[in-house]
Amino acid sequence: MPRTGPGTAAKRTLVWLGVLTAFLAILLGSGSIWSTASWSPRLALDLEGGTQMILAPRVQGGSEITAEQLDQAVEIIRQRVDGSGVAEAEINTQSGQNVIVSLPGTPDPQTRDLIQASAQMEFRPVLAGGPGQAPAAETPTPEEDLPQPAAEPQNGSDPNWITPELYQEFEALNCLDPAALEPTEEPAPADQPMVACEPDTQGKYILGPVEVPGTDISTASYGLQRSPQGQALNTWAVTIDFNDEGTRIFRGVTERLFAFGQDDPRNQFAIVLDGRIVSAPRTNVVIPDGNPQITGNFTEESAAALAEQLKYGALPISFEIQSEQQISATLGADQLRLGLIAGLIGLLLVAAYSMFQYRLLGLVTIASLLVAGILTYLAICILGWTENYRLSLAGVAGLIVAIGQTADSFIVYFERIRDELRDGRGLITAVENGWRRAKRTVLASKAVNLLAALVLYFVAVGNVRGFAFTLGLTAIADLVVVFLFTHPVLRLLARTKFFGEGHPWSGLDPSRLGGIPLYRGAGRLREPGATVPVPAAAARTKNKGASAEAERRLTIAERRRAEQQKALAGRTGSTVIDRPGSTEKEINE
Amino acid sequence: MSRTSFATFGNELYSGKRSYPFVAKRNLWFLIAGIAVLISIVIPVVKGGFNLGIDFRGGSEFTISATENTEIAVGERAVTDVVPDAVPRVTNIAADTMRIQTERLSDDETLSVRDNLVTGYGVGEDQVTSSFVGPTWGEDVSRQALIGFGVFVVLAAILMGIYFRTWKMSLAAMTALVVVMVVTAGLYSLSDFEVTPSAIIGFLTILSYALYDTVVVFDKIRENTADIAISTKRTFAEQVNLAVNQTLVRSINTSVVAILPVASILFIGAFLLGAGTLQDLSLALFIGIILGTLGTIFIAAPLYAALRLGEPELRKQEKKVHNRRELEAASV
Repeated sequence: MPRTGPGTAAKRTLVWLGVLTAFLAILLGSGSIWSTASWSPRLALDLEGGTQMILAPRVQGGSEITAEQLDQAVEIIRQRVDGSGVAEAEINTQSGQNVIVSLPGTPDPQTRDLIQASAQMEFRPVLAGGPGQAPAAETPTPEEDLPQPAAEPQNGSDPNWITPELYQEFEALNCLDPAALEPTEEPAPADQPMVACEPDTQGKYILGPVEVPGTDISTASYGLQRSPQGQALNTWAVTIDFNDEGTRIFRGVTERLFAFGQDDPRNQFAIVLDGRIVSAPRTNVVIPDGNPQITGNFTEESAAALAEQLKYGALPISFEIQSEQQISATLGADQLRLGLIAGLIGLLLVAAYSMFQYRLLGLVTIASLLVAGILTYLAICILGWTENYRLSLAGVAGLIVAIGQTADSFIVYFERIRDELRDGRGLITAVENGWRRAKRTVLASKAVNLLAALVLYFVAVGNVRGFAFTLGLTAIADLVVVFLFTHPVLRLLARTKFFGEGHPWSGLDPSRLGGIPLYRGAGRLREPGATVPVPAAAARTKNKGASAEAERRLTIAERRRAEQQKALAGRTGSTVIDRPGSTEKEINE
Repeated sequence: MSRTSFATFGNELYSGKRSYPFVAKRNLWFLIAGIAVLISIVIPVVKGGFNLGIDFRGGSEFTISATENTEIAVGERAVTDVVPDAVPRVTNIAADTMRIQTERLSDDETLSVRDNLVTGYGVGEDQVTSSFVGPTWGEDVSRQALIGFGVFVVLAAILMGIYFRTWKMSLAAMTALVVVMVVTAGLYSLSDFEVTPSAIIGFLTILSYALYDTVVVFDKIRENTADIAISTKRTFAEQVNLAVNQTLVRSINTSVVAILPVASILFIGAFLLGAGTLQDLSLALFIGIILGTLGTIFIAAPLYAALRLGEPELRKQEKKVHNRRELEAASV
């Protein structure tokens, strides 16, 4: 029969930690064999060297670019680069003329093309689909039930555009997958249908060929909607102003779309930017004058954003690479090497201090730090593989800083155990009681750390993110290690002779900690009322005022304690009091 | 010897035998903090702001690595030959690394300066890295940092309010946090340390560290004062003070352990790597960790005690404690 109890539970927890570590290692190992994973972390621009591109925006028609357009251009490039999964790309403007893109490593031709391309805004009619259909269909329509085009499509809204292949593509498309939302430079030829996602409504659509290109927009604006009587209503609206060509085509399109009932998806047209649907409004009325007004659940911000995007579509900006620069990899390697040296020195200093403060218990700190290090390393490698996470110099700094914050969890825990020992508890009980209290503190304080990391990650730009990421990651690793390693190890150590009997070198020597157990096993009982072995005279000379104050406050309490202990010694059994500063003692073991 | 005394120190703090009057002398600490904050606000105003790095000013920067020639004049001439009225800042940032910063140069000017540097320092093309920083980058970073600061303070205050079930702890912790941030900024202005995006990251990390430290100490205070209403052993202020004293060893150990790696980055940064991400970050952290620990002990905890001392229930409890003490003193 298996022995049950804290010892067994501790062993089981350690086994789980082993399973977790092995799982991560096997995941990474198989990833490196069958996929693109690597046993070393992927490095960012400042550590690996990388490419910096200086882009000059070119406006169609050759007019000068305004500061506002440049801001839009930066925003568009940022979205494209972020969308293509390149981490820590920094995008700045220079002298109000150029855009600088820094990419880690050497960008693949696709990314380069995407960065240079002008944004493609187009208006396409909706053929099928709607909001909230984001996930891929669970059961694909059987082959024979797929829609078959019966004839050549007559106009943009003709369902004959939907071929079986297109419909299968539509069903398979998962708009919840970030990859599906990546901006694409050439989503589909203008005269062909396509499938597309609408990120804002989690919508998924089949769209007809382009009816009106974005270049036919003269301008766009937003404002409060007006009633037919001209009164301002309380809803926001975006107004598009088409040029003559756009006005003419759009009238024809709205005539056709309006003919479909309001419940028919084909009543909608989609505004597509870089292959993603910005908005897919319904057609409530035929627009003869080329000034459609889009209404819906707009806030002022979302209306402004849409108007901005429409204006951008009206003035497509493309980018020309002015100069491109590799940042020397040797400089990066130098930084990395010195960063690692700094980390190692830091780790050694922490180890030395732990040994000084906690004697052999310090070894538990060191082992815990190593386990946390292994877990963090595996996580960074795996994230580098699956999420293209790249470790930057700021990230390395985050890791080094985390050494201290991780070690603090152990310090909090050890100090609680010592407090319990000072109260006279045996080590096994001290470990359990100390853990119960330390657990709360560790959880609360790590929550603050995680919160800080999350806020930094989501608010910050550029390499702040890399730093926040490692801070958050190490906070999680720390929690895993404290729960699955440090605590079970201490539970087991408490049962060893060396620690359990409080060897002077164990760091948990009760006599050093001023606590003498009431009951030390083998029938040896401590004399009730025996004072803690701190020479009162020494304390007085060291800290006269404080000890005088302590005496004033504590004489009575200590007298009471002695009385209570006398009473307690007469009782059998044990009482566990979980109150700090409690005068009662627990008889353990 | 030192170890024994440290353990004894911990024991005495735990039992209350040794006690530092963190709460009792709170007005003194508040006064010191107030003066420090005032000075920290006045200094940047008088000095005209901070020593902003190139990322905030905008400009061109050249780095020459692995050069044997470290003459400042060579770098200056390389720039002034091309742009006569430029004022380049040439620094020997590490043993074999030169950094030249100027106002923003055009592409042609950049190329000419680059050529001048290659010939002037006698290095290969691949040893010169050049970069330009537009003015928007630094603005972006500082704006986002401010937003991050605001969001974090609000969320952390709510989190603490929920966890500790009292807004007074949140208020005390946030006050200490703001004091720490302002004084850190003041020190930066006073010492002319360069403010770079990395230093901003450092500031933001101080937020996390300082509050983390406060939560640990506050958790002990919560524990010590949980059943204050039915206890007549110590007054509320004494319990808070005892909690701070009991966690003092932890505070010391934690700040030492947190500072050791940061100090090693700072050392490596200063002597081997030269100014850069690591050094800027660790400098901010070095200052912040010390101030954060002090802020918890001298501001957050005493302020929390001060905020609650006026509560009628605690006043009643305090009276009971005094009554009991007087009674017992009389009966002895």
